Amino acid sequence: MIKDYMAIFNLGENENDIRSLTTNRPIASIPFASRYRVIDFMLSNIVNSGIKNVGIFSPSNSRSLVDHVGTGKPWDLNRKNDGMFIFHHGLDDLVNHDSKLLKNNMEYIYRSKNDSVIISSSYMVCNIDIADLIDSHEQSGCDITVAYKHSENANIDFQNCYTLAVDKTNNKVTGAGKNIGFTKSADVCMEIFVMKKELFVDFLYKSATNSTKGTLYNVIFGEINNFNVNAYEFTGYLACINSIKSYYEASMDMLDFNLRNELFMAGNRPIYTKIKDEHPTLYVDGCKVCNSLIADGCIIKGKVNNSLLARYVTVENDVELDNCIILQNCTIKAGSKLSNVIIDKNATIEPGTELKGSTQYPLVVEKRNFMNGF
Amino acid sequence: MSKKNMIAMILAGGQGSRLGIMTKNMAKPAVPFGAKYRIIDFVLSNCSNSGIDAVGILTQYKPQMLNSHIGIGSPWDLDRVHGGVAMLPPYMTEQGGDWYKGTANAVYQNLSFMEQYDPNYVLLLSGDHIYKMNYRKMLKEHIKKGADATIAVIDVPLKEASRFGIMNTNEEGTIIEFEEKPKNPKSTLASMGIYIFSYDKLKKYLIDDANDPDSQYDFGKNIIPKMINDGNKLIAYKFEGYWKDVGTVESYWEANMDLLSENNAVRLFDNSWKLYTETGIWPAQHIGENAKLKNCLVSEGCEIYGEVENSIIFPGVKIAEKARIVNSIIMENCTIENQVIVNKSIVLENSLIKSNNIVGDGEEIVLVDANSIVEPNYYGGAKK
Repeated sequence: MIKDYMAIFNLGENENDIRSLTTNRPIASIPFASRYRVIDFMLSNIVNSGIKNVGIFSPSNSRSLVDHVGTGKPWDLNRKNDGMFIFHHGLDDLVNHDSKLLKNNMEYIYRSKNDSVIISSSYMVCNIDIADLIDSHEQSGCDITVAYKHSENANIDFQNCYTLAVDKTNNKVTGAGKNIGFTKSADVCMEIFVMKKELFVDFLYKSATNSTKGTLYNVIFGEINNFNVNAYEFTGYLACINSIKSYYEASMDMLDFNLRNELFMAGNRPIYTKIKDEHPTLYVDGCKVCNSLIADGCIIKGKVNNSLLARYVTVENDVELDNCIILQNCTIKAGSKLSNVIIDKNATIEPGTELKGSTQYPLVVEKRNFMNGF
Repeated sequence: MSKKNMIAMILAGGQGSRLGIMTKNMAKPAVPFGAKYRIIDFVLSNCSNSGIDAVGILTQYKPQMLNSHIGIGSPWDLDRVHGGVAMLPPYMTEQGGDWYKGTANAVYQNLSFMEQYDPNYVLLLSGDHIYKMNYRKMLKEHIKKGADATIAVIDVPLKEASRFGIMNTNEEGTIIEFEEKPKNPKSTLASMGIYIFSYDKLKKYLIDDANDPDSQYDFGKNIIPKMINDGNKLIAYKFEGYWKDVGTVESYWEANMDLLSENNAVRLFDNSWKLYTETGIWPAQHIGENAKLKNCLVSEGCEIYGEVENSIIFPGVKIAEKARIVNSIIMENCTIENQVIVNKSIVLENSLIKSNNIVGDGEEIVLVDANSIVEPNYYGGAKK
């Protein structure tokens, strides 16, 4: 029963390969698909299943995340009973000590009336039917259920993700490891776990007291053979946002009609995000826009090809954008030519600028800090 | 409840019958406008941006769409602990009940709503006008001049003046005469239907008006002339900027088209005075490989593969590759198939126009009803 479940977001996510987009924010609040943030997808998945109690445990540089999720209103989580709870004080190094942060806020976990938990990361972007996952868990009678996706491209995609050894005859997880890109074929762990609250608390105490194991997931996987672990296969679109390259590729995937539909329209499960009250986008006479994903709030006069524009982007005359990702509040001044470039928020690209990256190594212009302007 | 310096009362009960099928299922203030808004968003956003946090909305004609659009007012930041937004439909009392018999009567029947805020001033607005205005500035003028009532006016061309309520003022801007739709206008200052009243005066005149069996219970016809005749100080507050009463299909279409330039007079793109609305859940808009977009406003969730020129496209609209939309307004969730030309037309929400149709000839504005399925060749598509 869905009402027995609460959700815990564990946002101690590895930022090593995506540093230029995380200098001011955790992975969870990296902008994605023109008007969303990475966490919107799993958060919407959770809410769409009917779960009403969501705890978000976040690293300390979470200003941007807190600003984004606010009181949880866009996800209908501004509730009197239950709703959204954010825990973002405490430790800098959450990758190695996520369980300490969770343990420090144990009161929330104890006080919640739900007796089961679903634990998730944010950086696995997908539209998954969580209610179905929970059904599978309950029918399996297992102690733990883990979601995975089978990839035939694991030598390139899903680098550094956990992988599972799944016995396909009975859908049981028999082991876990990491994807270091040696094989094409892998069952990639989506870092979505279902279990009883008691078991979860038990794992937390173990990981907090055993510093050699560190993270919660390592502790769970370390004991995987002591439990019955049900494997739940997800077959829809999955993007893993843990490097600049995977971020860029997943963004470009959104220009594909079918992939976009799989992410936004699957099973009538909408993806929610923060409302910004932007005006509709104006396409000025003389603009040329081709195969691009564009948010509201833009004013476009130049050429935009195979690109993604976030909210409040201005593209001036004689600009040429090819294979670019332009994030919120940027102005691309007249005559600039950019290809394979990611421009983080608030940047103004001066007139006539030429910037060029490649599809393998897109160029990143980091977020403009407003402090520089004073 | 806590005292408010100024509260707003918005008249939103009218049908707006000249908008034809657009107001078949909703009151005029609820009619969609400008690619993602509804008409009433303008006054509500003006209130919010002017710092007015207690608003009453007087409804009567088919209010359901307005009720669901406005809800508890959160898009306009009007979900407040003290104040906020209240929908005010007519109601029953021990003596029976009455429909709102006129604008003045509607406000009169809600004296108790206003009383709870013990306001110094009441701002009276129409819910069906397109403009951005700072009501604080108007209030400052009202206070500075020590007026009993202030009426916002806009300069209109002399030849159009006879369509409006015209204010004749002296040099200080005091109104000495009010003429409703005069044949020979003496001035070009037209009333915008925006009033600030000192509350004590308003209350007195509303009660007097309600007790007058010969009254038409209308602000323009009864309250304002009576206040002038009794020697009250009424001043004209001159507004400079865009203002439009979208009374007819023609003026509704024009006001939409007025948005189609970067520096449009409406100031749609002025983010220091944002327009707020209740939005649906849509992903970003996708512009296809061979799409041609020329001077148009497009909103979230659209999938555009065809040609769109001088048009307003609401959220979730799908336009096929071999379709052409010119000088038109396509409302939420419509689909336009291949081999379709839509010319100077307004397609209302959730409609599907199947292939081989030419809708509109560019002369008269054509309206396509909401939720309609236009079969192939219904409008004829042979001539191209």
